[in-house]
Amino acid sequence: MKKELFELLLRVADDHLVLGHRVSEWCGHAPTLEEDLALPNIALDLIGQARSLYTYAGEIEGKGRDEDALAYMRREREYHNLLLVERPNGDFAQTVLRQLYFSVFMHGWWREAAKSTDETLAAIAAKAVKESVYHVRHAAEWTIRLGDGTEESARRMAAAVEALYPYTGELFETDAVTDALSKAGIAPDPASLKAEWERTIADVFAEAELALPGEAWQHSGGRKGVHSEDMGHLLAELQHMQRTYPGLTW
Amino acid sequence: MTTQTPLWEVFIRPRNGLAHRHCGSLHAADAEMALQAARDVYTRRGEGTSIWVVPSAEITASDPKDKDALFEPTADKIYRHPTFYEIPDEVGHM
Amino acid sequence: MYSQGLIGAQTATDEDEAFLERFQARVDADEKIEPTDEMPEGYRRTLIRQIGQHAHSEIVGMLPEGNWITRAPSLRRKAALLAKVQDEGGHGLYLYSAAETLGVSREQMTEELLSGKAKYSSIFNYPTLTWADIGAIGWLVDGAAIMNQIPLCRCSYGPYSRAMIRVCKEESFHQRQGYEIMMTLANGSAEQKEMAQDALNRWWWPSLMMFGPHDSESQHGDQSMKWKIKRFSNDELRQKFVNATVPQAEFIGLSVPDPECKWNEEKQGYDFGPIDWDEFWRVVKGGGPMNKDRIAARRKAHEDGEWVRQAAMAHAAKRKARAAATKIAAE
Repeated sequence: MKKELFELLLRVADDHLVLGHRVSEWCGHAPTLEEDLALPNIALDLIGQARSLYTYAGEIEGKGRDEDALAYMRREREYHNLLLVERPNGDFAQTVLRQLYFSVFMHGWWREAAKSTDETLAAIAAKAVKESVYHVRHAAEWTIRLGDGTEESARRMAAAVEALYPYTGELFETDAVTDALSKAGIAPDPASLKAEWERTIADVFAEAELALPGEAWQHSGGRKGVHSEDMGHLLAELQHMQRTYPGLTW
Repeated sequence: MTTQTPLWEVFIRPRNGLAHRHCGSLHAADAEMALQAARDVYTRRGEGTSIWVVPSAEITASDPKDKDALFEPTADKIYRHPTFYEIPDEVGHM
Repeated sequence: MYSQGLIGAQTATDEDEAFLERFQARVDADEKIEPTDEMPEGYRRTLIRQIGQHAHSEIVGMLPEGNWITRAPSLRRKAALLAKVQDEGGHGLYLYSAAETLGVSREQMTEELLSGKAKYSSIFNYPTLTWADIGAIGWLVDGAAIMNQIPLCRCSYGPYSRAMIRVCKEESFHQRQGYEIMMTLANGSAEQKEMAQDALNRWWWPSLMMFGPHDSESQHGDQSMKWKIKRFSNDELRQKFVNATVPQAEFIGLSVPDPECKWNEEKQGYDFGPIDWDEFWRVVKGGGPMNKDRIAARRKAHEDGEWVRQAAMAHAAKRKARAAATKIAAE
């Protein structure tokens, strides 16, 4: 089960690192000064969660890799994050919606993971679930304001829905790793979180006067390390120092 | 062309047992946004357990020109303070 | 920043002698001046300019360091840098709020920054080229800032003084963060040490310029000192900074790029070489390597954010209208 747990921890850590990276790109460029503080708060939560997960993954693996070795020193194919989180920020509507989709999913995931038979994961989840409540609230309130704001904001929000919806299917994908871990009571079955996720999104969209998207073809591949073209650029930035000056302490 | 966003005053209770205290202001379109912003701006280092936000425009303030009329007259009402009354030391603390 | 905040300030006032004397007596007695108190127009104008420029410096100051958030070399460094840049945004926010108590709106101040009418600290018009620059900024720029800001906690204007107290409390980790980065580099490989020295070479003189022109050249310093808007002169603070910083550089085996810098036993401080004031004025007036880029980045954020701010206001108006309609329906 160690192999599966290591893989799962990496997936979730990669999700948080990559999304934290994206959200941190807003710092100093947000639509209001207040958001210039709110978005880094969220990015800091995400990066903090990634750090805990990488550290634990390194322990499980037992090869002496620490958080930085795992975060910085892998090849693109070895990052197993969702394609959703590596989507470029786009406009504020796209950023907000990406937050909403991911945070609503993670809120359910962390809540269930807090009951994990694995004590370390349960402890990480117990802390993260509180942070995710705020992430959901922040994203939902903005979705409502932008969806039911001006004509322009409604148009942008609808465009974001169209652009990002095809990246939501991946949230609920299951495979041998998730099956084994959910059977063992270690981590939640992502598919089991789908109905709740859909209800929450539908509620927020209703208040935001946003139309729910119909069925759409869904992207896939992140969990196997098959990414979008944007990922290489993200990693080029993220890994810049570690790749240019390998093996040094900073 | 720039949109004006209303100003809010932020009050934070540092911990239970203490009163909410004014700690600054911020801009937000509505109360929920103001509350969230107050959390993100003013409680980044565990400064609070409860937040109030009030639209700055809703605050009624006394006029500094009235300062003398409002606050001076209390200066000579020294009988409102315990030290005005003489109690022999032998009586003890009262 | 800070002492440069007074460049171009008009402190002349028309109020009669008796009024000015009464005001001065309050300031001399260390009474704080609060927003609704009577104050000389020159005092108000000087404060608006100084606090506004201080706020702008914090906001523009997010950009050079923000340039390295996505490239920070470890997750620990990334989190610290992100928190630090976020703090700077917060400090800008506190300062705008303090200026707003004087009757100027944040929107007005933003317009002035974007139009180039309002200035900000010249230091942020230099580029951050390597990771060591993040160390140098924390150590030198925040070090210089704190020298200026600690005395401002006792500034005569209540809201400014309260904002500074909060800022200084939060900033206490910034300089340590920067120095720790420099120390790690200085103790690291040859190329890391070289990177650290290179950053010190590039940031040293601009840091000394942060304290503003020499006292003999500073026109408005006297009045501001009298009003306790400024508590130490530019040269006093600069000397204090040099005295504190040179030994810190030596401790980690780096040297300040000034052959004339040496300890003067008699004055119990370091002598240092002449500052290139032509460069200073050129950068203040827009001719630094990054002036145009910094303002362009701020303008882009502002313009790209306009529809978001409009949407939030439009939604708030709809909500209010709906609440009113529900109330009427209920009555």
